[in-house]
Amino acid sequence: MIDVNTLIGPYPFRHVPHSDADVLVRVLDREGISQAWVGHLPSAFYRDPTPGNTALYTALAPLAARLRPVPAIRPDWPQWERALRDATSAGAPAIRAYPPQWGLGPHDAGLRELAIAAGELGMATLLTVRFEDLRQRHSMDSAGDLSAAAIRALARAGESVRLVVTAAGREMIEEVHWGLTVEEQRRVFWDISWIWGPPEDHLAKLFRSIGAERFVFGTQWPLRLTQTPRANLDLLPDDLHGARLAEAEQICSAARDGAGFG
Amino acid sequence: MTPSPEPLIDAHAHFYHAGAGRTDWADVNAARFRAGDQMGITYHVASVLGSYGFTSPTYFPSPEDVTTGNDVMLDLCAREPDRVRMFVTVNPNYPVHALTEIDRCVARGAIGIKLLASRRADDPLLDPIADVAAARGLPVLHHIWQHRRREWPSQEISDGADLARLAERFPKANFILAHLGGGGDYMHTFPAVVDCPNIYPDLSGSGVDRGMLDAAIEALGAERLLWGCDLTMCTGLAKLRALDVIGLSARDIANIRWRNAARIFPPNSFPRATRDTRSVTGSEPA
Repeated sequence: MIDVNTLIGPYPFRHVPHSDADVLVRVLDREGISQAWVGHLPSAFYRDPTPGNTALYTALAPLAARLRPVPAIRPDWPQWERALRDATSAGAPAIRAYPPQWGLGPHDAGLRELAIAAGELGMATLLTVRFEDLRQRHSMDSAGDLSAAAIRALARAGESVRLVVTAAGREMIEEVHWGLTVEEQRRVFWDISWIWGPPEDHLAKLFRSIGAERFVFGTQWPLRLTQTPRANLDLLPDDLHGARLAEAEQICSAARDGAGFG
Repeated sequence: MTPSPEPLIDAHAHFYHAGAGRTDWADVNAARFRAGDQMGITYHVASVLGSYGFTSPTYFPSPEDVTTGNDVMLDLCAREPDRVRMFVTVNPNYPVHALTEIDRCVARGAIGIKLLASRRADDPLLDPIADVAAARGLPVLHHIWQHRRREWPSQEISDGADLARLAERFPKANFILAHLGGGGDYMHTFPAVVDCPNIYPDLSGSGVDRGMLDAAIEALGAERLLWGCDLTMCTGLAKLRALDVIGLSARDIANIRWRNAARIFPPNSFPRATRDTRSVTGSEPA
């Protein structure tokens, strides 16, 4: 199993304990997770994420067998195409983009261009709906959540696009999914880190309505407890116990092939 | 999934009913029992919040809806005596009704009082309720927003500091500070209540911030925390599993899982927990 939603480094709005790469490897061992896609948390808040990407590559290099870099690439920053090539060279399975934190609207042309280019290189574009619950945010954390409209716009951008959307809840997932064609739906994968389990059973309802194959395993470590998504899977009703999530690796290959995976 | 043989008390649960404005209410109740069995919950200590907004607001329930909801809980306790216990819900804006409901429901087995967000926690209108709670040994589960910085719609929210003022006025009453993971900044709550030994935060809520459990234990100690789920049992299970890996002793884990609850609720509220643990560990509640 691969955890597609992990980060290293500090968070600007609260203390996050032990957010280093070596700790992450120990957590993966403890939880029986084979590999993680790893972003650099502070880069979401940098104007220029380039130094953050350098720090990410450096930190993960000794742990490359377990931790795969997911650099942040800002499409309104000069030389983003070079950053994308660097990501490919570094073996990144995906790139991260943070439209709300970077002030990019839901129909930003640069974002569409980035998602298409990443897909053509076999990389997914990883989006973050939120880092924290709205009710606990610092007064300076005013970016707001990623909108469903932004996700729909990127899903419609082109055949090569593959999106991994993290930290979404049931309402947003349904709004996006049923606002896309069948072909566009196949370009979007959702991590299960923020979806409610019982008694509301949002995860079970989503598995039944749009299919478990649209979901991937993600924890949002180090911000959230690693145990949450597995607990959610363990509490699925009996009829869903055999449900299989999408394989993260297949997302990347499908992006490269332009295939209608799933 | 094989649950631990150690008892487990969910100190913050809710059930729904036909008057709650949702057609799937029975499914949601059944899902709570299903997940509870999977996790090994020995007792669900639960409340019904009036009509949950259907005929009066969830956090400002009318007296009629309060009574209806409490009747639902009384019936559920009668049907499920081995696994359900009850908080009697009251709205302190109706003081006579509130005290009457407490009398009525405690006589039929309620073991605690549930306060929503109908009135700020430190408001003098809560005093008669806290007085009864102290006299009868009934813990008060108070809905809390961790660090209120402004008013929010649909609730008159209270935070740890507000509840601490009430708890200081009634040192012989025990208060359960609701859902550390239920929204707001829990790091504000710890210093706000640290000097009130009669405040017991519960761990429920959808929030699963890494570091929250460690900080709670460091600030307050395992003797002051209660395990619970509220609306998300997956996060409750995640927190249980996290408690197992953050370096706590078996006794600390047992305190959070059930011993603290057994200590602050009326005696013999949880016979299956105390009986089961005698067979497992040979010990009584701390």
